[in-house]
Amino acid sequence: MRLARLSAAAAALTSVGAIALAQDTRKEIEKYQRMISDASPVELFELEGEALWKKKQGPKNASLEQCDLGLGAGVLKGAYAHLPRYFGDADRVMDLEARLLHCMITLQGRTRDEATKRVFGNEDKLSEMEYLSAYVAGQSRGVKMAPGMAHPKEQAAFELGRKTFFYRAGAWDFSCASCHGEEGKRIRMQDLPLLFKPEYARPVVATWPAYRVSNSQFKTMQWRLNNCYQQMRYPEPNYASDLTVALTLFLTATGEGEPYRGPGTKR
Amino acid sequence: MNQSRRKVLQRAGTAGALAAAGVLRPQDLLAAGWNKDAFGAKTLADALKNIGAAGAGDTKDIVIEAPQIAENGAVVPVEVTSNLPDTKSIIVLVEKNPFPLVAKFDFLEGAAPFVKVNVKMGESSNVRVLAEAGGRYYSAVKEVKVTIGGCGG
Amino acid sequence: MADPMKIRAVLKGDTVDVRVLMNHPMETGQRKDGGGNLIPLHFIQEITVRLNGKTVIESQISQAVSRNPVFSFRVKGAKAGDKLQISWLDNKGDRNSTETVIG
Repeated sequence: MRLARLSAAAAALTSVGAIALAQDTRKEIEKYQRMISDASPVELFELEGEALWKKKQGPKNASLEQCDLGLGAGVLKGAYAHLPRYFGDADRVMDLEARLLHCMITLQGRTRDEATKRVFGNEDKLSEMEYLSAYVAGQSRGVKMAPGMAHPKEQAAFELGRKTFFYRAGAWDFSCASCHGEEGKRIRMQDLPLLFKPEYARPVVATWPAYRVSNSQFKTMQWRLNNCYQQMRYPEPNYASDLTVALTLFLTATGEGEPYRGPGTKR
Repeated sequence: MNQSRRKVLQRAGTAGALAAAGVLRPQDLLAAGWNKDAFGAKTLADALKNIGAAGAGDTKDIVIEAPQIAENGAVVPVEVTSNLPDTKSIIVLVEKNPFPLVAKFDFLEGAAPFVKVNVKMGESSNVRVLAEAGGRYYSAVKEVKVTIGGCGG
Repeated sequence: MADPMKIRAVLKGDTVDVRVLMNHPMETGQRKDGGGNLIPLHFIQEITVRLNGKTVIESQISQAVSRNPVFSFRVKGAKAGDKLQISWLDNKGDRNSTETVIG
């Protein structure tokens, strides 16, 4: 009897020990993530973005200051947290980058080709979209994520995003769920979040766009999706396409209610 | 270099006169501007020798706050507080870096002996911190493991 | 456009918690560009922190400080209205500087 109790206790100890080790590692990594967030250059990118927002450009020699990001022309506070959403003037659901592109074309008279010539920058110089994304996103600090979910097109986009998340295709027959769909998976030292579940999606949607310390580049959601597709050996998605916007809406809606923390800082 | 030191250098002549004046220590004269020799040292021992800190004793009064695991070696945040009375400088080294000396902070009157800096680490290594206090050097160390996270994207 | 530099200075009693953000490549001279050529050494070497014009912190750093460096300091004996200035000098002789009024 006593032997049974002892060995049961021993078994309990070893199983708790095994979990504790992984937990320790996770805690230390979380500490790293907190410390780098606390000492991040993102605010400098927001400053550059502010200058670009106010800069007169294009054939119409206009700034973006009258751009309506969903809360009214020129209203920046909280706008990012309410994206993606449906816009009547374009009759489509748009994420931040799609909307910025729309304003560059309509307010500034620029062409899509010119405005998207260099959408993804590098460590020496961010792209115009990246600076602007940092600035606009920064204006939603503390605001709860609340993408549009009432309009029929928003609901259709959510459904498309959800289906796409689980849809296997491409050279390797991968879907987002291949990496982000199963409990307990990781790549190297990174836990892979189950992005279709709110508790996993929330911290993710609250910290993009983000500065990547590993390559010193500032990346947006359009880049994140583009890169995931590249990793999965899919053809490259069109910038700010309906599909990428639908996926972003699905992810953001899954993480809704989470207070936005500001542009993130990640590994 | 602060203004009073500069003035002493302008007025005085030889190194001996300066040392005798009691204002500058011999090792200060090496560090006129950026210390090429110390920053160019390729081993911890050489770096410490060049700073004049060889033989520093260990102390618990230097508190190093750094993550045990860094997801990437490009940015490793290191926060240092010295509780040693009269701390004049804090020096940060990464033992296994090709050039171990990373940063030196001199605290003139009006600055607390505290600093946070992001360092690059080439591999898992000890982060070694020295503090110069009361005319002597003291040392503390913290191990940081460097990993590479994620899918490469 | 000059690279922005940003100081956040929070007064707690008579001590200011200072955080400064800098834009700088901090190239180690070890990285290669797309064409396989080494990108030359380019990094901040000296940083100076001044309170009301008086130097309170002097720092020498190496190329092993991270790109786009961020530093935290604590400056004592400060009060609202004091001017905090932080400047840097890099190995090419370039400089940058920014100032904030402690609020």
